[in-house]
Amino acid sequence: MTALCEIRGLSVTYRGEAAPALGGIDLDIHAGERLAIIGESGSGKSTFARALAGLLPEGARVAGHMRWTAGSSPQPGRDLGFVFQDPTASLNPVLTVGEQVGEGARRHLGLSWKAAHSLAVEMLEKVRLPDPERTAKAFPHQLSGGQRQRVAIAAALACGPGMLVADEATSALDMVVQAEIVALLGDLVGAAGMTLLFITHDIALASGFADRVAIFRKGALVEAGPTRAVLAAPEAAYTKTLIASHRDLATPPLIRAVAPLIRAVAP
Amino acid sequence: MNRALRLIARRALASIPVLLIVVVLAFLLLEMAAGDAVDAYLLSIGGGDATVAQSLRAAYGLDQSMPARLWLYLTSLARLDLGWSVAFGRPVRDLIVERLPNTLLLMGSATALSFGLGSALGILAGARPGSFRDRALSTASLVLYAIPSFWLGLVLSIVFAVQLRWLPTSGIETIASGRTGLARAADIAAHLALPVGTLALIYTALFLRVMRAGMAEVWSMDFVLFARSKGLSRARIVLRHVARNALLPLVTMLGLQAARMIGGSVVIESIFAIPGFGRLAQEAVGGRDTALLTGIIVTSAVLVIAVNLAVDIVYALLDPRVGASERGA
Amino acid sequence: MRTMRRLLATPEGATGFAVLALLVLVALLAPVLSPGDPLRIAGRALTAPFSDPAFPLGTDRLGRDVLAGLIHGACTSLAVGLAAAAAALAFGLCVGLAAGFAGGRVDEALMRVVDAFQIVPGFLLALAFVSVVGPSVPVVVLAIALGAWADPARLTRAEVLSVRERDYVAAARVAGMHPAEIAFREILPNVLPPVLALSAIIVAAAILTEAALSFLGLGDPNTVTWGSMIAEGRNVLRSSPWLSIFPGIALVVTVVGVYLLGEGLTRALSGRREEA
Repeated sequence: MTALCEIRGLSVTYRGEAAPALGGIDLDIHAGERLAIIGESGSGKSTFARALAGLLPEGARVAGHMRWTAGSSPQPGRDLGFVFQDPTASLNPVLTVGEQVGEGARRHLGLSWKAAHSLAVEMLEKVRLPDPERTAKAFPHQLSGGQRQRVAIAAALACGPGMLVADEATSALDMVVQAEIVALLGDLVGAAGMTLLFITHDIALASGFADRVAIFRKGALVEAGPTRAVLAAPEAAYTKTLIASHRDLATPPLIRAVAPLIRAVAP
Repeated sequence: MNRALRLIARRALASIPVLLIVVVLAFLLLEMAAGDAVDAYLLSIGGGDATVAQSLRAAYGLDQSMPARLWLYLTSLARLDLGWSVAFGRPVRDLIVERLPNTLLLMGSATALSFGLGSALGILAGARPGSFRDRALSTASLVLYAIPSFWLGLVLSIVFAVQLRWLPTSGIETIASGRTGLARAADIAAHLALPVGTLALIYTALFLRVMRAGMAEVWSMDFVLFARSKGLSRARIVLRHVARNALLPLVTMLGLQAARMIGGSVVIESIFAIPGFGRLAQEAVGGRDTALLTGIIVTSAVLVIAVNLAVDIVYALLDPRVGASERGA
Repeated sequence: MRTMRRLLATPEGATGFAVLALLVLVALLAPVLSPGDPLRIAGRALTAPFSDPAFPLGTDRLGRDVLAGLIHGACTSLAVGLAAAAAALAFGLCVGLAAGFAGGRVDEALMRVVDAFQIVPGFLLALAFVSVVGPSVPVVVLAIALGAWADPARLTRAEVLSVRERDYVAAARVAGMHPAEIAFREILPNVLPPVLALSAIIVAAAILTEAALSFLGLGDPNTVTWGSMIAEGRNVLRSSPWLSIFPGIALVVTVVGVYLLGEGLTRALSGRREEA
């Protein structure tokens, strides 16, 4: 796999803060892969994503370097699409959905407003929104949370970028919707051969979805490698803790007193 | 849009009890006038005996009980009869209808000018919060907004009308000039330049601050970051995303300022001797003409309600969320 | 108080505080700084400013000392402004609290009254009140307060409504706190900061309204205020404009000081809120 980007010694310190949010990250991103960045809050995973996209706030100090094989850093919108956690906050409440999906295309692809609108309708269809023509004329508050996130994805992919960064893109959604969005992302990225950087705190979600995982903790990269390898045989102690503390329906109950009751009730 | 219109109709209906309270307030004011208008009138004509006073009071219905007088007042208001001005010897309604257009012209021009200028400068300041440009504009607007309008009017009058003699000092047009059409309009414009300029300076400062504050708040919202992630031009982000949203609190402020602007017209019209609605209030005070004063208060209330409804309509046009209920998770 | 220290830490707060402290000092020391009645005829009429050391800012049409007028005017303008703002805030706070806590019909009725007072231009109301009752200092204070209490009432009510629904109030209720105790210990301290921030604007508006009323001749005729001085100076605007200019500058400086203090206060209080 060819490296899309080589990151060496990346450190980010926000303005007005003494401690760096991210310290000395060494990581490669391979073209066309699905890389999951896993970590808890404060691990620096969002900072990493924003640093990659050039979306850090003013005054943030960046050290180290990111070498992109394309030569220059990716242009947000044209080469890189970004989807945020909260779809309600991501969309401008006073502009139509169609305008927000098409405006990037107008700037980067030089389309007229009419052409951009058609592209927007096309994109809305690709993200599996019902009645894309009508949706394009609607406003964000008229859609549900899951629908808004689809719109955000459509907007991020409108210019056909080579890379998509999804920063906790499903964390604010209901479980069923989460699964749908993840599936959608998988299909879109796979069909276009895009690179996907998927930020999440949910290790289970990442395990079923990503090719490679990178574990972050308190601004540092703990471990990185192919998903199956890392999850089956984690090297770092933190990774082991993360996997062990994961809970799903198969794990034994925390409160032992409940267990006899369940056994008595179950047929 | 239909939902928005229904909301506004509901708002208009809700204004009726408020207007009623204003009318009762105005009536109480009339009652409070210790020496009533008849006394003031009699004083002005050098005194009169008790029978003359009595007949005058009977004619104006001033000799009946309070609830009866209140009912009389309400019914006459319903007929759009605002009473009789003792100071001018004419129906209050006629006076108001005569003077109101001048004030509306003055206020309207000042508002339009200051809204445009204020929002433009506010966008400039808010495009880069914390920059030198921003701090300079914020400081200038702070000082400007602190200036009393009547004092600013006087100072501008001294500079432009007295010293430089560029503009006339008072009135709304040159009396008996016989000008018509465009020449008359130009004459009125010259006369209104200073009062409109005074008001516009102060209101620009206000709108600048509101726009700038609005923009500073919108900048921190996620959709701006999303717009940046789409690689949009800075101009588009500033105008179509930030300013377009910061416009909303600015429009709301317009509605809130309506009452204050009408109040402010009193001093400005007094300084520049504009024969307007505000000046009428001052003349009512001078002539101890409470009927005229309360007529002015009730009319102001109606004006403010009308302006607020208009602002509501504009707001509904600008914000698609108005009148809609939230759907979905 | 911690808030005080934080207030003085901001440049706006420090400057505003300094300006106002100076003005209050001047106002309080007026009889010392400028003994005697400022309305008495002190010297030759229409002396130019900076020409006679006995009258550093000149004299007016009747030979009254301009500087004395400014100093004593500070007393009246500040006193009236502060008193009117205090009255408006106190009354507005009470009405807002009552409406916010009572809810239902009482809330509706109170809010309609607040609406009425917000719709009528405050200045017209003050004008009418002074004209009907008669110009004297307490009447002017009441008149300005009448036109100004509606905004704090509305703000207080909005704050009470929002704080009432917050999680820490629900938690207090679940823990079994008495409603009155909840009102005073949980709700009131969180309602006060935005209302206090509004107070600066109200004081500034009160000072300007008092000046406008005096300018129109509706102030107390026995006291000298900056507004009345400006009105006096209007008679000789062409020949002696400084008579109107100096009191105006005093007004601008005062109001700017109040605004700066207000901004510093907002910043100091909002920092505290984030901590809470």
